[in-house]
Amino acid sequence: MSLPSGPTTAATTATTGRRAWLTAEAPRSRLQARCVQAYHAWRGFAGNTLAMIGLVIVVVLIAVAALAPVLAPYSPIDQDLTLRLNAPSAAHLLGTDELGRDILSRLIYGARITLYIVVLVAVTAAPLGLFMGTVAGYFGGWIDPILMRVTDIFLAFPRLILALAFVAALGPGIENAVLAIALTAWPPYARIARAETLTIRKSEFLAAIRLAGASPARIIWGHVVPLCSASLIIRVTLDMAGIILTAAGLGFLGLGAQPPLPEWGAMISSGRKFLIDFWWVATMPGLAIFIVSLGFNLLGDGLRDLLDPKHAS
Amino acid sequence: MATTASIRSGKARATGAASLLSRRFSASAKWVLTLGVTFFGLLMVTFLIGRVMPIDPVLAVVGDRASNEVYEAARIKLGLDQPLYKQFAIYVGNVVEGDFGKSLLTAKPVIDDIRRVFPATLELATVATLLGVLFGVPMGVLAAVNQDRWQDQSIRVLGLFGYSMPVFWLGLMGLLVFYGKLGWVAGPGRIDIFYDGLVEPVTGIILLDSAMAGDWDVFLSAIDHLILPSTVLGYYSLAYISRMTRSFMLEQLRQEYITTARVKGLSEARVIWRHALGNVLVPLITVIALSYANLLEGSVLTETVFAWPGLGQYITISLLSADMNAVIGGTVVVGAVFVGLNLLSDLLYRLVDPRAR
Repeated sequence: MSLPSGPTTAATTATTGRRAWLTAEAPRSRLQARCVQAYHAWRGFAGNTLAMIGLVIVVVLIAVAALAPVLAPYSPIDQDLTLRLNAPSAAHLLGTDELGRDILSRLIYGARITLYIVVLVAVTAAPLGLFMGTVAGYFGGWIDPILMRVTDIFLAFPRLILALAFVAALGPGIENAVLAIALTAWPPYARIARAETLTIRKSEFLAAIRLAGASPARIIWGHVVPLCSASLIIRVTLDMAGIILTAAGLGFLGLGAQPPLPEWGAMISSGRKFLIDFWWVATMPGLAIFIVSLGFNLLGDGLRDLLDPKHAS
Repeated sequence: MATTASIRSGKARATGAASLLSRRFSASAKWVLTLGVTFFGLLMVTFLIGRVMPIDPVLAVVGDRASNEVYEAARIKLGLDQPLYKQFAIYVGNVVEGDFGKSLLTAKPVIDDIRRVFPATLELATVATLLGVLFGVPMGVLAAVNQDRWQDQSIRVLGLFGYSMPVFWLGLMGLLVFYGKLGWVAGPGRIDIFYDGLVEPVTGIILLDSAMAGDWDVFLSAIDHLILPSTVLGYYSLAYISRMTRSFMLEQLRQEYITTARVKGLSEARVIWRHALGNVLVPLITVIALSYANLLEGSVLTETVFAWPGLGQYITISLLSADMNAVIGGTVVVGAVFVGLNLLSDLLYRLVDPRAR
């Protein structure tokens, strides 16, 4: 399944010749077939305004995180107590916090932390869930109920409470928060991967591969996993908003990223003390979290409509 | 949800030649088994968390100036010299008896603390769920009836906002605007300070206690304090309930019996609110129970924001003071309630929908 990220440039710089090549009814090469498929997928995606808004938000988040030192007008950490708790002004667009730090600059650097958490959770939880689900689904027998019971046990906890308990055991900090969130995030992925595996487990092409002598590891890795990826990618994208919110919640409770890191949830927590008189300190980071989560939610919805027509409404 | 799916697949396997009685029996056996395994896993996970933590439970009891003999004696008394599986057995035995050890912070048994704080969480979550159902179901119906029109779109956006907003931030913004700037509602806490302790805690739920005592000043003060946190939490439940109601309704409205009802000449209101919604209520029970369970989670952050003396705040405060007995006790109770609500929703579903039996 191809994602609509590659052909972006192709679509924007399309000339008539290239466009004809991209929309060919009978592609002449494998590459062209893939490009045609991707182009059509992209056209479908681009027609969905909300999904496009989501994509733009996520792209902006990545750009801001990458270019933080260039974009940030001030240092996110240097304190200037003469400037503490200044209201938003031309010099400090979003105001300053209780230590005189520019909130906009802290938000810009905070984008890096948010992205770091989201990406780390996604690359740990998704493969773990994928492994558990495909193994359970492919082998069946006694392995399946055991693995699925383990999954159920993790699903039986409310996520934030379990993450809290893990952080309590591991100690506060950004890496431990990531680990705790990843440990609570994988069970739904395992269920999806298992369900997908069960639908293709008895298929003839897998039987053929098995007859050709492929090992279970090769079959799962080379043939089952790629077919599960589409639904998994959708689910991970939809979950990213939840991951951001959980991470911010941990930060808010003082269990995630520690000061002076400009983590958005922790920033809200410190702004809480001055909420009524200096509203911008707590409001601005919350808006940032809200916009980014909304972006991931819109993008996830769009991807689901695109890759999984069953759910399209 | 997990248990729902597994029980349903179990049901599918059990159909066929088996008689109704044995089918019922195997379904309940499966149910008990699921319950047992899930609780066992819950205890195992919390036990492991308790063992992995970097805090020495013996030091927590005796203090760091105790002599070696006192330390050893306490270690043996806590059963920490035993092999791990025996320690686990001791732990399970204690939990079954409702013994989570003593809280370091309050110097009281954890179970007593939990008994004291739980009603506050229950009160908040119940009122929030009521608000979510009261507004969420009609909104879901409205969205389904006007599919893809502006009503549907605005309800969808409202729901999306709910899925994207940090609950603690929304709570803070609510405090800022409605308490700080407008002064429409009371601030943090469950009740105004000068009413504190006026009403005898019978159920622990202030609304009920004050109403039973006929103390309407306290009752009004409690409502004043409850409005904001329950609206904030209820918004999240509304987002979920309206989304699910919409998709259930869309499914029903496509059915042929709806066409029949319309052809018969029934009014549109009757077709929608009586025929379609009537059939939606059954799966909706599951959704409402699940959203109720999810509010327990939301309550951790909401209670911190609103200084609401419930289970969520109890767990957070214990966590920050490294009071592990209290954290683990609280986690087990929340997990148990979560599992219980899940199974209850499943049971209700089977009770109400004859097809699920």
